[in-house]
Amino acid sequence: MKKGYLGIDIGSISTKGVILDENNEIIESSYIWTEGNPIDAVKRLLNQLQNKIDIPIYGIGTTGSARKLIGLMVDADVVKNEITAHAIGTTHYYKDARTILEIGGQDSKLILLKDGIITDYAMNTLCAAGTGAFLSSQAKRLGVEIEDFGTLAVTSKNPVKIAARCTVFAESDLIHKAQVGYQKEDIIAGLCRSVVLNYLNNVGKGKKILEPIVFQGGVSKNKGVVKYFNEILKTKVIVDPNSHLMGAIGIAIMAHEHQSETPKNLELTNISFETKGRECEGCSNHCEILRIYKDHQFIESWGSKCGKVS
Amino acid sequence: MGDYAVPAYFLLSHIVKNNVIKPKPITAKTIEIGNKYSPEFVCTPFKYTLGTLIEGIENGATILIQAGGGCRYGYYAELQEQIIKDLGYHVQFYNLVVAGTTNLKRIYKIMKEIDPKFSILKAIYYGTLTKQMIKYMDQMDHYIRANIGFETEKGSFETLKQQMLKEFSQVKTHIKLKKLYHKYQKKMRAIKIEKPKDTMKIGIIGELYTIMEPYSNYELEKNLASMNLEIKRYTDVYYLLFQKHKKVKKYLKNSAQYITYQMGADAADNIGRAKELCEEGYDGIIHIKSSFCTPEIGAMPVLSKICADYQVPIIFFSFDSATSEVGIKTRLEAFYDMLEMRKKK
Repeated sequence: MKKGYLGIDIGSISTKGVILDENNEIIESSYIWTEGNPIDAVKRLLNQLQNKIDIPIYGIGTTGSARKLIGLMVDADVVKNEITAHAIGTTHYYKDARTILEIGGQDSKLILLKDGIITDYAMNTLCAAGTGAFLSSQAKRLGVEIEDFGTLAVTSKNPVKIAARCTVFAESDLIHKAQVGYQKEDIIAGLCRSVVLNYLNNVGKGKKILEPIVFQGGVSKNKGVVKYFNEILKTKVIVDPNSHLMGAIGIAIMAHEHQSETPKNLELTNISFETKGRECEGCSNHCEILRIYKDHQFIESWGSKCGKVS
Repeated sequence: MGDYAVPAYFLLSHIVKNNVIKPKPITAKTIEIGNKYSPEFVCTPFKYTLGTLIEGIENGATILIQAGGGCRYGYYAELQEQIIKDLGYHVQFYNLVVAGTTNLKRIYKIMKEIDPKFSILKAIYYGTLTKQMIKYMDQMDHYIRANIGFETEKGSFETLKQQMLKEFSQVKTHIKLKKLYHKYQKKMRAIKIEKPKDTMKIGIIGELYTIMEPYSNYELEKNLASMNLEIKRYTDVYYLLFQKHKKVKKYLKNSAQYITYQMGADAADNIGRAKELCEEGYDGIIHIKSSFCTPEIGAMPVLSKICADYQVPIIFFSFDSATSEVGIKTRLEAFYDMLEMRKKK
């Protein structure tokens, strides 16, 4: 009998789901917006996927910033951070990849590999400059659909220079450039360029970027950003057609390795999940205690520093 | 600061007649107070210690003592005294270290001011006793760090250590202290552990306050222990007070191809330690510091170079009062996965 393995990558902006077969080939995939509600997003995702497949799922893995909560919700076999998941997903397709550039909604990562093994990595700290969220908020400001952003950017012949370094500075510089009458496509191209520069100066600082370079995460779908990566790194970065799904693929591969004996239940539409937060008054730490309820039954709590409170 | 509050209280309460106030453990409130009254871009230990001092005043302290060190720590006392005075607190503020140096005469003068009946003989007696106590504590901690990730019953090391500290704080003589140490050493070694042969070993280096105060590094060592790792850490109070001056010369000599001069605080020590960890076959190094710690920022490129030469992974963390705990966990987890993948190969 055929078996399937599900990987779910719940990011800040989008939620990705992938179902692999026994050979780790993609059977089905889905990409939807998280819209600030990971539980609901995953329910919608599972509904979509279930309607498309008819094989039982024997392993589930979760990654991304909501991995722990969703892991609990779907009874995952493996819950892993997105750095490892991305590396495993990518090396499945590009065995000799040396560098992974990943730009997502709220964070960006750089992973260096050798012989399929992570040798070094970096993640952006403190500031979200040069991430997907920044690009989409600026797209909105300029009245451009984020889907058209990249296409417009590559038409520019004269990209404006936009102060990189910091989102707030970049934004005020962008407003200035718009107010003095620059063409929209030139501003958009400038923005894409500043995202690349920001990424290389911040996340890529001090790291040796070797070829082959694979670029992924939601922002890799933006042709403008790809263009400037190529231009600035003076090479051609690889963008896989499934570049936005790599994290989900990676975690699905891991779920395959950690699979269960019995098929998983994906029917969660009618089960309610709730998180209730409160501040503990037990001491002056004021820990934020999160209690997770499944169908109004308490199942787990997180956040207590002393371990005495649940 | 962490468990060192025990020997510090022990020493002071024996040598002065004044009522010594035990500092409360650092909590979110401590750092909230520290943040409120500190310059924004000062290094984080300033904020923690300022918070602790103010909490001390609120608990009834009228005399505050601060020390100093070979970096911006050397200016903490003056600035904190000014901030506390500006806030309208009427307290006596004593600074043991001025311009990076101190001497016994200065300390004696201060102690005499605090307690006119201060006896130098008593101070020497309890001083040596405290020194020995710190040495024992630190030795015990070295053993605990290497093994706590493998205890079969969670919490056994921590419980035993707290018992030991409780008994330590009651001692009066060197003989009693030594006996207690041996007793607890035996008990400690009897704690059941399950340690596989090819355990992964991690070295922790970095700025001293962040490394020694678990609250300020988001319980890094506890997190690592839960990943079943063996941990080595060099910085402890015994090292800083009694071994540093000799060891740092050795470190400079051994890593002469990487560093020629000292760079303030523990930067040179950490460079020497990183090389040693690489040579001893450690699987990875974690470097931690508070944000804006200048000496350690200077050490970082050198550390990267050493680790690239020896092909040992290193990860850097900067802790600040506004650091997100989730972000740290994600990076730590990825670091662990990376080490594990390398080990398997």
